[in-house]
Amino acid sequence: MNTHVGAPFATGPADAAGGLDPAGRSGYADHPPRMGFFTDTSVCIGCKACEVACKEWNSVPEDGIELSGMSYDNTVSLSASTWRHVAFIEQVVPPDAVPALGDDLAEPPAPRWLMASDVCKHCTEAGCLDVCPTGAIMRSEFGTVVIQDDVCNGCGYCVSACPFGVIGRRETDGGAHKCTLCYDRIVDGLTPACAKACPTESIQFGQLDELRERAEERVQELHNAGVAEARLYGENPADGVGGTGAFFLLLDEPEIYGLPPDPVVTTRDLPRMWRHVATAAVALLAAGLLSGLGRQP
Amino acid sequence: MTGNGRANGRKRGGRAGGEQLMVPPAEFGSYYGRPVLKDVVWGMPDVPGYLFLGGLAGASSVLAASAQLTGRADLARTAKTAAVGAIGLSALALVQDLGRPARFYNMLRVFKPTSPMSVGSWLLSGYGPAAGVAAASALTGWLPGIGRAATAAAAVLGPGVAGYTAALLADTAVPAWHDAHSELPYLFVSSAASAAGGLGLFLVRSDQSGPARNLAMAGAGAELIVKRLMIHRLGRVAEAYQTARAGQLMNAAEILSVAGLATAALGGRHRAAATLAGAALMASSAFTRFGVFLAGQATARDPKYTVVPQRERIQRQAEDAAQASSPA
Repeated sequence: MNTHVGAPFATGPADAAGGLDPAGRSGYADHPPRMGFFTDTSVCIGCKACEVACKEWNSVPEDGIELSGMSYDNTVSLSASTWRHVAFIEQVVPPDAVPALGDDLAEPPAPRWLMASDVCKHCTEAGCLDVCPTGAIMRSEFGTVVIQDDVCNGCGYCVSACPFGVIGRRETDGGAHKCTLCYDRIVDGLTPACAKACPTESIQFGQLDELRERAEERVQELHNAGVAEARLYGENPADGVGGTGAFFLLLDEPEIYGLPPDPVVTTRDLPRMWRHVATAAVALLAAGLLSGLGRQP
Repeated sequence: MTGNGRANGRKRGGRAGGEQLMVPPAEFGSYYGRPVLKDVVWGMPDVPGYLFLGGLAGASSVLAASAQLTGRADLARTAKTAAVGAIGLSALALVQDLGRPARFYNMLRVFKPTSPMSVGSWLLSGYGPAAGVAAASALTGWLPGIGRAATAAAAVLGPGVAGYTAALLADTAVPAWHDAHSELPYLFVSSAASAAGGLGLFLVRSDQSGPARNLAMAGAGAELIVKRLMIHRLGRVAEAYQTARAGQLMNAAEILSVAGLATAALGGRHRAAATLAGAALMASSAFTRFGVFLAGQATARDPKYTVVPQRERIQRQAEDAAQASSPA
């Protein structure tokens, strides 16, 4: 398993087609289909069973019992010790967006409450995996991204490389931690803890291509029902991270949920960075050696 | 879409400091104003300190080789000693900054060109011993042949050590670092040249410090130009380099660079002036690294630096697509 530390520079939009098979690209000749999550936030009821089930199954320590003042969200964000995070967004719909119901209905519209369970995206082009210097972060045979805790030395590079702000470094043990897509469960054919616990099937686990089809149907269904703002997030293999293994159905702009609207994996630009570094280094070598020329004292 | 009247999740992009803005503040959506990205876990002063010391070491090794080739033994010995001292402190700072310092050796478990930190670890494990042997030989006079080979090896690897740290920062999702990926390598090596030249000016008597003065002036000049280009090209994200503590440090660095450059150019052959110029250029280089570090930290902490440029990119792409599909 330790050899699957990434395919050097096998990234970029041109690779989008192969991007659907990150496990194959990482060297697994014969591997199971790519597995993932489809989180349909339109049916999330904010029960946080996913947060609890994840903590229980993965023995994730508590990470603060404080009131945030952010609606019912006292978890605040994904972190080293929060691998599922339910966001709560309270919105007052502006009057001009409310369908005209007649002047006799002058009552203000009820606030809209958005709830969404966020998780590691298990990117096709995973910045965290690319930059990890120890090989602790690896691609599993299911195409998911997993941190090997016994290898991680806590350098923190993955934390800053993640365009979604998913990974954190845990104060108590110094290591980086995130969702494993319950590797230890799916390798035995079980459903990840969060999806298993979800009472509304807001979190769906399965083969990624099947989930994508199901998600397309669900968006159509919602559009037909008049929910024009329903859109998928992360399902497109042509996006900046080659599509995500965990994708979402959202009812507003991604940034309202704390998600970046157009994330691009940083390593797409790395070949250009290396060329600039090489040019700069040669210039320094030349300047340094030339500095000795001229009048001898 | 619910439009502009959203009561929750909208905030006006505010800013600190009093400098003039190049672009008007934008309205953007966020989740309770919370950052999209995780805060940078790399510590102060360890990591920016390393950026400075690694650059100082790498460029000093080139200066040492140049001095040795042109028969300036004092300058060569001083530069080699500075290089090994700076890289030693760097190694300590880097190990201390790890979440699990006892596992530092896992850095050499794999070699990954997709990870600048992996490349840097291998560079440092080649460069460090070379710089050490070069300095030991210069200080003791033992094994001059091996000392020359080590001096050459350190001079070849040194610029890599000074430059790779730019890719280290730029290869992240942190807007102020990633967006500057075309300029940071040049900024970092010129800043390194300025610091190493400055150290030579500071410590070596004037009849031998000619190469240090040349390198310091070239480095400081290039640093000033690259910084301007970078700020000019960065657009909205440039604000992070111009405001708050990062802005103060970058400003101070610029003043010190100009002062050091002028002093070195006009009075660099006089001992007192050279000392002043050298100190100013070293300080400028350190301030630049701390400024760059803090600017990145600020852009990771404020969602506007993530959301607004990405929204603008989406809009640009939509406009381009509309233009491409409309008949010419």
